[in-house]
Amino acid sequence: MADSTPSTPPDEERRGNAVQRFYAAFESPPRRRALHLLLLAILVVTPWLASQYMTVILTNALLYVVLCLGLNVVVGYAGLLDLGYAAFFAVGAYTIGILTQQFGINFWAAIPFALAAAALAGVIIGGPTLRLRSDYLAIVTLGFGEIVRFSARNLEITGGASGLSHIPEPTLLGWYIDSAIDFYYVFAVLAVLAYIASQRLFDSRLGRAWRYVRHDEDAAEAMGINRVAVKLAAYITGAIFGALGGIFFAVNLGAISPESFSFQQSVLILLAVVLGGMGKIPGVILGAFIVVLGPELLRDFGTLRLLVFAVLLLLIMLFRPSGIWPEKRS
Amino acid sequence: MLLQLKGVSLSFAGNTVLDAVDFGVERGRIQSLIGPNGAGKTSLFNVITGFYRPQLGEISLDGQPLIKRKPHTVTRLGIARTFQNVRLFHEMSVLENVMAGQHCRSRAGALAAVLRLPSQRAEERRIFETSLECLDFVGLTAYRDRLATNLAYGHQRRVEIARALATEPRLLLLDEPAAGLNSGEKQALIELIQRIRDARGVSVLLIEHDMSLVMNVSEHISVLDHGSLITEGTPQAVQNDPAVIEAYLGQDDEELAL
Repeated sequence: MADSTPSTPPDEERRGNAVQRFYAAFESPPRRRALHLLLLAILVVTPWLASQYMTVILTNALLYVVLCLGLNVVVGYAGLLDLGYAAFFAVGAYTIGILTQQFGINFWAAIPFALAAAALAGVIIGGPTLRLRSDYLAIVTLGFGEIVRFSARNLEITGGASGLSHIPEPTLLGWYIDSAIDFYYVFAVLAVLAYIASQRLFDSRLGRAWRYVRHDEDAAEAMGINRVAVKLAAYITGAIFGALGGIFFAVNLGAISPESFSFQQSVLILLAVVLGGMGKIPGVILGAFIVVLGPELLRDFGTLRLLVFAVLLLLIMLFRPSGIWPEKRS
Repeated sequence: MLLQLKGVSLSFAGNTVLDAVDFGVERGRIQSLIGPNGAGKTSLFNVITGFYRPQLGEISLDGQPLIKRKPHTVTRLGIARTFQNVRLFHEMSVLENVMAGQHCRSRAGALAAVLRLPSQRAEERRIFETSLECLDFVGLTAYRDRLATNLAYGHQRRVEIARALATEPRLLLLDEPAAGLNSGEKQALIELIQRIRDARGVSVLLIEHDMSLVMNVSEHISVLDHGSLITEGTPQAVQNDPAVIEAYLGQDDEELAL
């Protein structure tokens, strides 16, 4: 037995290229903590340095960070293609809008209902469809996204095509959350929480189960993993991230309409996840910023800016098909 | 009897794969299932583990019925398996692969993970330690942080065994565990199978074509041909059984190669 079990692994992959050195540089916990603190400091001071306009754009980027990290659980961790993710975003936003504006329920008291509604939506879409293969699942989720949007447009309680307006702004312990900077900080907190939650989920029993199922469903099943339950958990978790984004999106704008939750919205979120690198948290965050800030930074191109942006995205995907963020190797 | 099959029949689109198979594995035994290619050995494994549903028959583990149970439930009840062609989670670390086996012995969900509850952390530690112990048992602790795909084939086979052991099984099913191994590795495999039974008290049922390994390690051999159990007994008895020789004749002789 001794000859088949050497005490140290062979050395052929210890060489390390630029990517591995990049990762190694932040491997040690103190350095990682330092990097986190630096990013947190930048997040805190930015609105004091940026223009009001830029603050609003950055707030939107932080909303996208939350949405993209949520979709990343479904697409990146569990490997389930979802083309209707905006539906969960919509369920969160509409539930909070209806409860606060039409029923006068306190914003904070309404949040659990909005999250529960999104989780239920996750079960409704997930339950019957999770046995499908990925391409069929994509079609069904696309349909689900459109059903939610059309329902919002045609129901009375959701305000029809014009949507809901005059959604009251929330207060927290006497703090009236209404300015652009206030909402910037609200979304900054949400983004940080989403980041921490993503990280913790990734390193958990459930997070590993998502990856097992993504890699090999049969082998996962043979190891005692209930793949339907595990996939459903991914849908529900993603739905809750999406709903959280939707809840604060609704009170930030004060008005929501079905067009905020179009297929295009779902595609944009998915684009950010794929662009940054599915399953890779820093990559997904980067993807969210690129998708929101990219078109803004290209304003000089005038009417051509979306075309230029699209060409840039194509080039990125051509040269880095598995996303911008480098692969971790061991 | 730990595992008991009674009258199990399986057919696909009219083709009989298993024909009224009565079969059992006694507790604490190392047993082999042999037979020519296409005899239905892997199908029998798939029936036991819930991947295939037999049309007829009963299967039980320690008296508990297994029929119509999903594969993940069968695993939780105490049967673990490896695959004929190694099926590791290639882009994950060796240790993470083994941790998969502990999934059915733990329970923390999304909320517990996000909040890092003390119970969740204690459970994670237990998963980690149990998995490390299983990896140590097959002698691969030094490789724990490497990607499974970067391991030599023989090592991948051992990781798969460690992963199955991490489910804390009562019965371990090995599907051609010696395929692709060199003679040194085969010897180590024999020792490993014996240690699995002796040190962990896990009964072992293996499908194997390597007759010298089968004769060496098994205490009981069952022979399957055309979906029927044609004979069973000690290695000596099976080796000299005319029905077994008959089943293998006309087959490619490599089946009998020692």
